[in-house]
Amino acid sequence: MNKELDLAAAVATIRSGMTIGIGGWGPRRKPMALIREILRSDLKDLTIVAYGGPEIGMLCAAGKVRKLVYGFVSLDLIPLEPYFRKTREAGAVEVSELDEGLLLLGLQAAGRKLPFIATRIGLGTDVLTHNPHLRTIRSPYDDGETLLAMPAIPLDVALIHVNRADRRGNTQTDGPDPYFDALFARAAERTIVTTEEICDRLDRTHPDKAKQNLFERYLVSGVVHAPLGAHPTTAHDAYGWDMPHLKAYAASAAEADGWARYMADYVAGGEAAYIDKVGGARAVASLPIPTF
Amino acid sequence: MTAVEDFSLAELMIAAAAEAWRHDGELLGSGIGTLPRLAVGLAKLTIEDGLLLSDGEAFATEEPLPLGPRQGQAPFAGWMPYSRVFEILWSGRRHAMVTPVQIDRWAQTNISCLGDFDKPKVQLLGVRGYPGNSISHKNSFLVTGHGKRTFVEGEVDVVSSVGFSDAHWPAGMKRPEIAIGIVVTDLCVMDFGGPDHAARVLSLHPGVSFADVQAATGFPLLRAETMSVTPAPTAEQLAIIARLDPTNLRASALKGNPPGVRAAAA
Repeated sequence: MNKELDLAAAVATIRSGMTIGIGGWGPRRKPMALIREILRSDLKDLTIVAYGGPEIGMLCAAGKVRKLVYGFVSLDLIPLEPYFRKTREAGAVEVSELDEGLLLLGLQAAGRKLPFIATRIGLGTDVLTHNPHLRTIRSPYDDGETLLAMPAIPLDVALIHVNRADRRGNTQTDGPDPYFDALFARAAERTIVTTEEICDRLDRTHPDKAKQNLFERYLVSGVVHAPLGAHPTTAHDAYGWDMPHLKAYAASAAEADGWARYMADYVAGGEAAYIDKVGGARAVASLPIPTF
Repeated sequence: MTAVEDFSLAELMIAAAAEAWRHDGELLGSGIGTLPRLAVGLAKLTIEDGLLLSDGEAFATEEPLPLGPRQGQAPFAGWMPYSRVFEILWSGRRHAMVTPVQIDRWAQTNISCLGDFDKPKVQLLGVRGYPGNSISHKNSFLVTGHGKRTFVEGEVDVVSSVGFSDAHWPAGMKRPEIAIGIVVTDLCVMDFGGPDHAARVLSLHPGVSFADVQAATGFPLLRAETMSVTPAPTAEQLAIIARLDPTNLRASALKGNPPGVRAAAA
């Protein structure tokens, strides 16, 4: 069993119009090498589901997105994602803006093959106003409570960045927080992971880190070796986010041809050129992990 | 406890905001942003030892961690990744202090966007966890620029957290109990504890009049019967705040880092 692919082969399995879930959280552990490969591709009309960071702004800026499903989009220290903002303020894409927990429950329902999960979240707010597809149900028990039926959010494919993977699709994710990567993987027909390190058998080389495994290998259809592939976002415990780069990216949104320049400067030349352009592998690998 | 005269408005607000968690007992206290984070740390050390705190990322702590870079292993007491924060907050055992962009007379707030949702004038963060937080547990607010752009005349542009308006509940639904704590601003401390949950001023910061606050608020305010002057932070509180914020991030929280006692108008 060998699920190893390169970036181009992995993205070649994705079709325009698909619904893509992206792991990570804001500017943390985003599968950016895959995102850049999508930016270089002809894909379009994508529905993107994420706890959004720079991947949302970039995919929007490049015209890849038909619809966004999100709880937030932020670069953390740069609270407002500039290209997401531009896209929204132009009314350019369809959106489903959800509570973070509703997004969680929608992914969980999809993974459990349920039509919905009942919750109070969203009731009493404009989440219902701006998501007219959401419906309420009445508890069938004596309490009779009105609840929101959060529908499943099934994904065609999930894109997730991990620290280690083997060619069979076993993965290990370091860092303090698993975020909701496992829910994205379970909600998806299949998952493509990018990994800092690749090996043949994690059970033989890293059995001590088995608890870092977040989801089952049968969910994983492709493993791409993409060292530093989360840059400019954090990949605990390997490297921190690149805030100077994110600031330069954010500043480009205020320039007339800012996105075209960012694409030409950083994305168009491929991943090897990208890593060189952002300071080289050693510099990226030594970016400090932020504390709060 | 020694009274002091030299303190910043940010420090006054931190000391006032710490009061939000008084009598909360054992629950997760979350202060989101510099001043609320310092406030919950101060509350933990001086008011409510039962509070569980987080490091701002994924661990629980028994001691509030100072803001900024850390050396060595931090004293983590438990693990608190986001998945667990959701389980905690949905159970109701949390009291958060947050900084909304808009707040209305019904205590509804907005961090989603300004203007028309389909084509916003200003896109903000998105509703984040506000809907789930506000229907599950108590929330207090901290506002650094008290004005009518924050405390709006009508309803907030996108109702991101639930409040006391009847307008947004599904037909026939009984409105659940909603818990709003205090609202700490750069002018005063308020709550929504008046008749029919009307907003009322609990205390005015030194040198601020009720008329000043009303003029900066888009909806009518009541005076609480016990309305007083917000107490100055004590020397003990100031020392703790300084220890929790060694790089003085609090000095950047308010424009110009004004003093805690406003100079009398000339």
